[in-house]
Amino acid sequence: MSGVMKRMGMIFRAKANKALDRAEDPRETLDYSYQKQLELLQKVRRGVADVATSRKRLELQLNQLQGQSAKLEDQGRKALALGREDLAREALSRRASLQQQVSDLEVQHQTLQGEEEKLTLAAQRLQAKVDAFRTKKETIKATYTAAQAQTRIAESFSGISEEMSDVGLAIQRAEDKTAQLQARAGAIDELLASGALDDQSGLGSKDDIQAELDRLSGGTDVELELQRMKAELAGGPSAQQQAIEGGAQGSAQQSPQTQHRFDKQ
Amino acid sequence: MIVRIMGEGQVKVADGHFAELNKLDDELLAEMESGDEEGFRRTLGALLDAVRRLGSPLPDDALEPSELILPAPDASLDEVREMLSDDGLIPG
Repeated sequence: MSGVMKRMGMIFRAKANKALDRAEDPRETLDYSYQKQLELLQKVRRGVADVATSRKRLELQLNQLQGQSAKLEDQGRKALALGREDLAREALSRRASLQQQVSDLEVQHQTLQGEEEKLTLAAQRLQAKVDAFRTKKETIKATYTAAQAQTRIAESFSGISEEMSDVGLAIQRAEDKTAQLQARAGAIDELLASGALDDQSGLGSKDDIQAELDRLSGGTDVELELQRMKAELAGGPSAQQQAIEGGAQGSAQQSPQTQHRFDKQ
Repeated sequence: MIVRIMGEGQVKVADGHFAELNKLDDELLAEMESGDEEGFRRTLGALLDAVRRLGSPLPDDALEPSELILPAPDASLDEVREMLSDDGLIPG
């Protein structure tokens, strides 16, 4: 058989083989893609570590501030006991501004903690995906190698390489590329869905009005604290506890009526 | 044996029919070498018809190696000659 059909078949196959030889090895592409995924995973892990470090630093700062705050309160109490109301006022107003910093830091701390949890979860999911991809990659590589070996055997035995098995390899390559893209897209989706990628904005930034309000209520706090300490020195134990709690928590909620009541005393 | 018609797909033809197909195929080759455009057209049409008539088409997603390949029905003599002479790959 030496007609057009046979000749065309041989030429077609020879060309298909040449085209395949020129193209890059899909196994290399897979390995490269896996490498990229590992790098991405590394980045996420580094992100988790960074956030955890910031969180710990905040915790240290918080402890320090709280220590100072306690010290100032103590000083205020002593000053008042010595009859130095001006000193006590000064100590308490310093303490109020410290308390403001503390509550700011606490908000930041909470945000960081949430972010850290999300990132940790994202890293775990990404790890699972990368593992799955590695398994699949090895399977595809093995299949590819087997197909290649088969083609070579067929060639050496019959002198005819297989046109369609070449087409099959082309499909395989397309599948490889698809798997690679899917894995990448999946990883990024994961990060976006968990919010780990766009959670950086708005870390406790305050507007002017809020700052002014906070300052005012801080002043109110000082008055309250003074009143409380006076009452304490005078020896009225039952009302104190409530006043302490009210002063320590949300100062903005402290109602002006309470203040009036104290004033009238 | 599986035959691919370029642009159409694959057809499975029983080996018993190859005597008939070979006759047309050899004729086609002779016409191509002598440059008989009219004869080439006629013989190519007849050969493709015979393959379609004698064979059964394979599904499009089948991945079977084709042992023989035929030019597309509308391929010109020059196109086929070019395909066959490309890169000096013609054996024999």
